[in-house]
Amino acid sequence: MNTSRPEVRHALTMAGSAIVSPDPPDLQLDALDTLWLQVTGTLCNIACLHCFITCGPKNHQHEMMTVQQVRAALGEAREQGVREYYFTGGEPFLHPAIQELITITLEQGPLSILTNGILIDDAMAAWLGETFRRSPYSLDLRVSLDGSTAPENDKVRGKGTFQQILAGIERLARNGINPVITVTEVRPSMGLAAERAAFMEFVRSLGLEKPRLKFLTPFLIGREEKRTRGYREDELLHDGDLQPGEAQKLQCSSCRMVTDNGVYPCPLLINIPGAKMGEAFSDGLRPIKLAWQPCYTCHVYGVTCRT
Amino acid sequence: MQHEQESSTGAKTDTQERYRIAVFGGCYNNYLALQATIDDARRRGAQALYCLGDMGGFGPHPDRIFPILWENEVMCMQGNYDHSIGNRLADCACGYTDPRDNYYAQISYEYTLANTSDRPKDWLRDLPPSIRLELANRRILMVHGSPRRVNEFLWESTTPEQFLAKLFDDYHADMILCTHTGIAWQRQLPDGRRLVNVGAIGRPPNDGQTTVWYALLTIYQGRNRVESELLPVAYDYERLAYEMRQERLPEEFVETVLTGWWTTCLEILPSKERARGRF
Repeated sequence: MNTSRPEVRHALTMAGSAIVSPDPPDLQLDALDTLWLQVTGTLCNIACLHCFITCGPKNHQHEMMTVQQVRAALGEAREQGVREYYFTGGEPFLHPAIQELITITLEQGPLSILTNGILIDDAMAAWLGETFRRSPYSLDLRVSLDGSTAPENDKVRGKGTFQQILAGIERLARNGINPVITVTEVRPSMGLAAERAAFMEFVRSLGLEKPRLKFLTPFLIGREEKRTRGYREDELLHDGDLQPGEAQKLQCSSCRMVTDNGVYPCPLLINIPGAKMGEAFSDGLRPIKLAWQPCYTCHVYGVTCRT
Repeated sequence: MQHEQESSTGAKTDTQERYRIAVFGGCYNNYLALQATIDDARRRGAQALYCLGDMGGFGPHPDRIFPILWENEVMCMQGNYDHSIGNRLADCACGYTDPRDNYYAQISYEYTLANTSDRPKDWLRDLPPSIRLELANRRILMVHGSPRRVNEFLWESTTPEQFLAKLFDDYHADMILCTHTGIAWQRQLPDGRRLVNVGAIGRPPNDGQTTVWYALLTIYQGRNRVESELLPVAYDYERLAYEMRQERLPEEFVETVLTGWWTTCLEILPSKERARGRF
């Protein structure tokens, strides 16, 4: 990377309020393996301080998808031979038809749901457990938790959420679901092996006999920009930056995100002006340019949003 | 576990035209299971033997695999492990994403690299990446992981029908045989096209049993009909465990051989497959 060159910095251009690379790498869509569905838009029951799309109870930037919209996307995905599906938001369990959405998606392939777990009550946990057992395809629940103590987690996810999330995890475990605990590295030390091992032990202590953990690097957009910092102007990708074999490992070489208002390259970019690929599903099938600042994080840290 | 693929005439079988082939993969240095699999396949009338790669890893004494493959004229192709060992690379390129999985994978890789002679290494390096056959008017494609990537995992619970249909279309096949996951399964599409993951003969499939699995295809040439059956094989797993301990391989690997439960490579398992295991 040589992004500190003066001529590059001067060549930075603006698209809306987003800083974009003047000479970004191109990325082909190898195959549409993964379809993300922003089922509840940017609506969430909580408002985490690191949320890269600033979700919350009042954020209507992206609205909930209707059942018809999800059905239409699934139909298009079937034509493309999509291999796996992800529900995110916002909080997917805010959707009034979430069970129907899960059912119709699992008829077609494996599904991962990204959730904070708070809205998963006993009845929902029992239904999810039964659905998991019945489905020929895998159903994964990815529950976000950002610390092994209430002060650590609640500082980021909101007062009282630690206990509520743990209650949701325990309900899932009681019903035979082994959730993937997703931890955003909100403190640098969370990336260290010792701290990760300690977190693993903490998860095991919750009654999860086969603990599954996924650590995610924060993206410096949305609310995270205020909690820590935003991207610097030189944190952008330029043509030639990708290492041999890297393109295939970037999730956006094989995924697209559908929201209520169109198609985007990936879950990170739905609020970035200029990143929208179009209204129709087919608009998302063309190559993309890695012009956006979050692309820099995926490149540097090898981040994938996959489970 | 058996599937049949036949022409619309629904013709009855004709043993006069019957031709059997055995297909296995994932030997993982388990020369005892390899010999047992070949013996079982021969007893069942297999006239040809195919190996879908990954000769090394996990078990003891890598060099003991090769004479068995060569003497029995097993037609072999290259897995990711074979590519790495053959080219003397630094790791197995197994496709794991979890640090613990990679830690154990590296132990077995370094052991296998250090204990494989040069001649087998060169042979592994030169193996073909896939095998194509046409039998009973079926285009049969043998690969290691998937037709598109040597280390892609095709699990039963994460390989939906429309994705399979795309693979059959894109790679011009009516039947795909693969390995790499270590767990055998098969699925036939409504149009008759079929994927058979032949499993692995080097390690039990996380089912609490000590047996390993392979596939037997029965081809009825004149009838446009292919049957595929997944079969368990027993072998001297206690001897394997003893030899693994003698070679100071990780006790976690030995435990898997003795109990049939995976203790490593767990994070790559989809939730359905993980739920069936003990760990």
